[in-house]
Amino acid sequence: MRYGWHSIVRQALGGLSAVAPAWRNPEPKPAYDAVIVGGGGHGLATAYYLAKEHGLANVAVLEKGYLGSGNIGRNTTIVRSNYLLDGNVQFYEKSMQLWEGLEQDFNFNAMVSQRGVLNLYHSDAQRDAYARRGTAMRLHGIDAELLNRDQVRALVPFLDFHNARFPIHGGLLQRRGGTVRHDAVAWGYARGADSRGVDIIQNCEITGISIEQGRVTGVETSRGRIACGKLGLATAGNSSRTAAMAGLKLPIESHVLQAFVSEAIKPYIDQVVTYGAGHFYVSQSDKGGLVFGGDIDGYNSYAQRGNLPIVEHVVEAGVAMMPGVSRLRLLRSWGGIMDMSMDGSPIIDKTAVEGLYLNCGWCYGGFKATPASGWCFAHTIARDEPHALNAKFRLDRFRSGRVIDERGGGARPNVH
Amino acid sequence: MLIHCPFCGARPSEEFAVLGDAGPKRPEAPGDDTGSDPEAWYDYVYLRDNPRGVHREFWQHVGGCRAWLVVERDTATHEVRSVELARKATAGREAS
Repeated sequence: MRYGWHSIVRQALGGLSAVAPAWRNPEPKPAYDAVIVGGGGHGLATAYYLAKEHGLANVAVLEKGYLGSGNIGRNTTIVRSNYLLDGNVQFYEKSMQLWEGLEQDFNFNAMVSQRGVLNLYHSDAQRDAYARRGTAMRLHGIDAELLNRDQVRALVPFLDFHNARFPIHGGLLQRRGGTVRHDAVAWGYARGADSRGVDIIQNCEITGISIEQGRVTGVETSRGRIACGKLGLATAGNSSRTAAMAGLKLPIESHVLQAFVSEAIKPYIDQVVTYGAGHFYVSQSDKGGLVFGGDIDGYNSYAQRGNLPIVEHVVEAGVAMMPGVSRLRLLRSWGGIMDMSMDGSPIIDKTAVEGLYLNCGWCYGGFKATPASGWCFAHTIARDEPHALNAKFRLDRFRSGRVIDERGGGARPNVH
Repeated sequence: MLIHCPFCGARPSEEFAVLGDAGPKRPEAPGDDTGSDPEAWYDYVYLRDNPRGVHREFWQHVGGCRAWLVVERDTATHEVRSVELARKATAGREAS
């Protein structure tokens, strides 16, 4: 069913019987042309674009839990394309452009809200770094505005501009950035893929990858063996574990990142604002809660929950940036498992095993990348070669020294 | 998480800095048998086992005695299994 005003009317008049499930819940078939492991944002987007852009519909998405139960439901919903380095700039701008047309494209309300992303700077050196990044963005045709203190004050008046240690001098604003309703992204892609014939199979965990003579022939799962000619792994958080089933050792560590939501308050923050002196990013949801996050905990973890020191650390940064929130109560906090790669950039690539494709290493920037990640991964799988947009996200860039390290932090996954 | 420092006793994890996986072994200096092998350096610098379960990692008690430790910790539960001095833990590894 195509959603629109007519479907609303029909369903309103027809009662619950007129409301159809948005996707099927099929039994796995014995074989598919392509299998995508991971029914999160990236996996579902991949299946959607495989069917839509490449006409490959005999595809299954295998999800070990329920649809969207991983990081697509655990992020802070921020989208932006304010990157500096070649490779990242073009890729994330592609993602931003896909976000801009996404709701019309997959006919689902994902609440794409281009409310602006504002990165604050607190020193001359940081202003210069932001001016450089903004210039790089504009050279690629991406919007960026360097604001002084008064311009920031006009947008976000309640910040602590004269903080004794980290006064706010201004900010770098990308107006096209903003937030997207994260769950709806998974649902929209799932519905779009399903309606084109893709089987989305939930509660189906892979336990092994069959390889014969250097070629993928299928996967062993908790619901039996499924044969396939092509296998795409989109299992960020657990990439090392799934890749190990094919004998691959990845330049990745799994770390826990916590996020938080406060009790609901009246409209307060119109944009996404990030603190430049610590790691803190915040926006306000339509329900009124402040949604925010900060650093990863810093140690390897698969636990999907963090520890209290980082809760304190993140909240301290938030209160330093906007003291007015100091008496807000936290409603919830949660943790997601990040693929922290060795240079802070992702991997979308073929592997040495024929028919096996990797989509991993998203660090904590995976949500904003969802559309372009699916789009590029689908291209890589369908054509058996990377698209120009992910040609720099190769697995062998670490071996050859062509790393893409935005932070310049070196091979320390817990500091990216 | 509480980490039992051999010198200071059970201390909260925020007193410690974590370096990461204690598994990778640095190749010998260039010119030695393994030092000139780029693959050995690639493996040491970039590749990690990243297990779900028991993980041996380097922590330093920066907010205390400053000793370097090897902590055996479960990455699925955050349970700390054992703590020993890095000096002692790696001495055995060099000999083997």
